[in-house]
Amino acid sequence: MDQKRQSTFDAILGVLVLVGMIAALYMAFLQAPQEKTMGDLQRIFYFHVPSAMMGILAFSVNFAASLMFVIKKDRRWDNLALSAGEIGVMFISMVLITGPIWAKPVWFVWWTWSPRLTSSLILWMLYVAYLLIRAYVPDPDRRAMVSAVFGIVAFVDAPIVWFSIRWWRDIHPSPMLETGGLSSAMRPAFYACVAAFLVLFLYVIRRRYFLESTRYEVELLERKVGA
Amino acid sequence: MRAGVLSKIWAVFRKDLLIELRTKDSLNAMLFFGIVVLVVFHFALAGADDSIRSMVPGVLWAAFAFSGTLGLNRIFAVEKENNCLEGLLMVPLDRGVIYVGKMLAVTVFMLVAELIIFVFCLVFFNLTVWKEIPCLALIFFLGTLGFAAAGTLLSAISINTRMRETLLPLILFPVVLPVLVNAVEATNMVLNGVSEGGLKLPLTILSVFTIIFATISYLLFEYVLED
Repeated sequence: MDQKRQSTFDAILGVLVLVGMIAALYMAFLQAPQEKTMGDLQRIFYFHVPSAMMGILAFSVNFAASLMFVIKKDRRWDNLALSAGEIGVMFISMVLITGPIWAKPVWFVWWTWSPRLTSSLILWMLYVAYLLIRAYVPDPDRRAMVSAVFGIVAFVDAPIVWFSIRWWRDIHPSPMLETGGLSSAMRPAFYACVAAFLVLFLYVIRRRYFLESTRYEVELLERKVGA
Repeated sequence: MRAGVLSKIWAVFRKDLLIELRTKDSLNAMLFFGIVVLVVFHFALAGADDSIRSMVPGVLWAAFAFSGTLGLNRIFAVEKENNCLEGLLMVPLDRGVIYVGKMLAVTVFMLVAELIIFVFCLVFFNLTVWKEIPCLALIFFLGTLGFAAAGTLLSAISINTRMRETLLPLILFPVVLPVLVNAVEATNMVLNGVSEGGLKLPLTILSVFTIIFATISYLLFEYVLED
């Protein structure tokens, strides 16, 4: 795709994000029924869970791109890994903010060290560490390689973190779609929110990737001029 | 061929051990810092005197982890002086061999420091252990091996950044969290009298962590050192 068609595509995607988010807000706040015990509090779930899903998706993309960079040593993979890593941190930050807002009135505490919460926090820390490493390696080629290695390490570590603290008692609601606990009246709103977040994810990662490849082009031009 | 690899690992390991025996830089720092951490925790937990036995596993592993971080930093800082690392890289060695040699050296340094920190811990917190020693030794060994397996790779990453030693704890602790969690759980079980069957789970997770991280570090180490 040439640049012009790409930016047209991004513009369309941007409009879709806007429309999708308005629709998601409508579905979550007006269309979905009120929950029996938690009342309107439960509605934060429509944003909390899709954020978590997009965060995990972003880290998976970061892992795949890191692996591809180590194999192919093509900087475009590094640009993708960085974009995904940053966006993943953003989504998991949203999870870590919306979680306590819900937990305070329902569990009467902002935070509890249950496996699901602890794992999310550690996951977030792992990828903040990933961004820290990137910030402190000045040479772009070395930065790409070193952070790709850490991206792989972080993604391999995440499931071990989860399993190693899993035997603690978990008070987090278990994933409702698996257990069939989410009432069918709530499902349309939930799916609408997941779809809207997915479009948001695609839009943001494309824009971030575009910015990073432009930077890379500038870097290449600078090297040419310098040489 | 196999014996060749082992003798190369031995050569790297012996080199680091010799340097340490002649300077004693790392061990002195690790030991003293470990003891300082114990004293700090004594005052930090001053209000919890009656339940001190339940605090000891956590305090002990915090001291081990902090002093181990110093050792991990030194293992590559030594090579930075007089450009020794470049010399080491010129030797026709598989880079993974350098990793294994250094990982084993760090493990030995940490175990020596841990032994003495542990004795200080027994004195400071008035503990008597005799029959628990074999179990504790196994836990210390597996936990330290896991800590060193991930730590050696991350130390090689952090030493090549602009932040040098400052970065290591930031990227190390989120990654080795499974080691700390399981080592503390296991130590707690032994010191506070839980049946030995319960030890199987944390010890298995520690072993799995060590195997996974030793393998990926062995494979990825060359990319971290590449210049």
